[in-house]
Amino acid sequence: MALNWFKFASPASFYPIAGRLVPAFWIITLILLGLGLYWGFFETADRLGGSNAQKEYYRIIFIHVPAAWMSMWLYVVMVGWAAIGLVFNTRLSFMMANAVAPTGAIFTFLALWTGAFWGRPSWGTYWDWDPRLTSELVLFFLYIGYIALHSAIDDVRRADRAAALLAIVGLIMVPVIFWSINCPDPNQCAALHQRSDLTQIDANILFAMLAMTFGFWTYSFATSFMRLRGIILQRESESAWVRDLLDTGDKA
Amino acid sequence: MLEVVQLECRRGDRLLFSALDVEVGGGTLLHVRGRNGSGKTTLLRALCGLFTPERGKIRWRGTPIAELGDEYHRDLLYFGHLNGIKGDLTGVENLRVTTTLDGERLDEQALWAALARIGLQGFEDLPTRMLSQGQKKRVALARLVLSRAPLWVLDEPFTALDTAAVALLETLIAEHVAGGGIVVLTTHQDVPLTSGQVARLDLGS
Amino acid sequence: MLRLFWCILSRDLTLALRRGTDVLTSLFFFVIVVSLFPLGVGTEREVLQTLGPGVVWVAALLASMLALERLFAADHVDGTLEQMLLTDQPRALLVLAKITAHWLLTGLPLVLIAPLVGMQYHLTGAAVGVMMLTLLIGTPVLSLLGAIGAALTLGLRGGGILLALLILPLYIPVLVYGAGAIDVAATVSVADTRPYFELLGAFLLVTLVFAPVAAAAALKISLE
Repeated sequence: MALNWFKFASPASFYPIAGRLVPAFWIITLILLGLGLYWGFFETADRLGGSNAQKEYYRIIFIHVPAAWMSMWLYVVMVGWAAIGLVFNTRLSFMMANAVAPTGAIFTFLALWTGAFWGRPSWGTYWDWDPRLTSELVLFFLYIGYIALHSAIDDVRRADRAAALLAIVGLIMVPVIFWSINCPDPNQCAALHQRSDLTQIDANILFAMLAMTFGFWTYSFATSFMRLRGIILQRESESAWVRDLLDTGDKA
Repeated sequence: MLEVVQLECRRGDRLLFSALDVEVGGGTLLHVRGRNGSGKTTLLRALCGLFTPERGKIRWRGTPIAELGDEYHRDLLYFGHLNGIKGDLTGVENLRVTTTLDGERLDEQALWAALARIGLQGFEDLPTRMLSQGQKKRVALARLVLSRAPLWVLDEPFTALDTAAVALLETLIAEHVAGGGIVVLTTHQDVPLTSGQVARLDLGS
Repeated sequence: MLRLFWCILSRDLTLALRRGTDVLTSLFFFVIVVSLFPLGVGTEREVLQTLGPGVVWVAALLASMLALERLFAADHVDGTLEQMLLTDQPRALLVLAKITAHWLLTGLPLVLIAPLVGMQYHLTGAAVGVMMLTLLIGTPVLSLLGAIGAALTLGLRGGGILLALLILPLYIPVLVYGAGAIDVAATVSVADTRPYFELLGAFLLVTLVFAPVAAAAALKISLE
């Protein structure tokens, strides 16, 4: 391929690219979230059918489920960048992993928060040890662990690598942890898994949920690129191009 | 044998040195000098593969040390700031552990003989925390007597030693260099060598 | 290679035995934590029988974790850890030797003291047997996983608390199946605990392979 990936892999050349992408991602995010929220509130049925019908409050689903999806996806993305950083020793990948982590943690928190609000009317309690919510809580701990380890180490290079290794170990353990939470009694596991089939969901609900999911996704891009630009400036503050940037006052 | 090409090392944000080129052949003592904070220890740690440099390559017998891995460690003896001995173990026990780590297979007699040569006769059996600073250092240096590694990297080996021990260490270094080995060391004093050549590297100048 | 393993193992055991108290602290921590629970939740037999398996395992997690901080710290301070990393022999094996010593000193005592705890919580004989067996298989997993965290937090201020934050979530599977097996043995039958042991055994085998490698890599990162 003629495209030189290593050119984009340098913080100096990615900084202006990220700068140009951020507004675009914000605009798409606003459109998608607006559309998703509108559709979720006004174009979907008032109650969710099934064995135990849920009233208006089921609309929390439009934030809760996409947030939970994003929280898991972003963990995978974070580990991916961290692993690339460890293998190829590229600074930008570590920065990327770093920039993604807080957004992932926020989505995890959002999923827990909305889960509690959903649990109150449907189970009569804010917190029940529902396997999926518990898994989300563990994921939250993993994010916090990554961020805490990174910020506890003064030397940036060691921090990057140590946190990356932790994230990889976390990813290896995640399936085991989730499985142990979902199936605490191995004698009777099969019955416990309740699967939701996407085709059974009402098309309107699915549409709103997908719009919200993609909205959250572009939101993740926007926020992590903004954070990435901050990280780049901070870490490269010694280098010539950052000094030039600051001297000319150019916004790049 | 040991080759440093365009090496650049940073500690955090601070640039220690860059574009460093050194080549050391067999039978040479490389004396690394420089003021405090000029990156002497970092350079030595980079030579051992304990520190990953920002840029540049370090080659041993023509191959980058990152690719050599354990093979390189077999040829290397590193002696850091810290003595690397356990206060609760005796001199012999300490030496047994370090030589096993170095991959040597030695009998008790050789261990006792090495400690005797380094001037610790009668102290071999005491927990090293009961020894003086200089004696502790001697326990750690006993490794050199038994080592067969061609490359010695010594960080400030002369501190805390009395004149007799300094003379002994100088002899060990001279013997090693005379035997075709390489010694890379940092120290603030001159190291007289009777045979072989002495190269000097000044950092931060 | 075995010579190196044995050399490091006996070195760590000798060091620990010469310092004596280190071994006993985590054991007494375990006993104290387990003994405090009945004072907090009440001493009714049924309550204790229900809580027993979970309490034992949570206490075991905490005891194992407390001791982890020392796994590499002392060797780091006096420079011996650096020497170990420069050996020409497999570093994962060396780390495994240190983990083994750590388990013999902090995990095995918990297994042996377990019958006493069983008495405190009125567990049946079969449940106590299962408890000892789960601890025997499960505590090595704790030491193995914990070693990764100990290596990552080496030399950091507030390393102990950070270590807990990093490692405790990873202990969940062992906690779930370890406590679960004791519970099943106490309430259903010992025969039904078999799948639990199969899972715990699988964890042990997998962590035995990957944890020393990960911990050795973490040590290299931490020493830079």
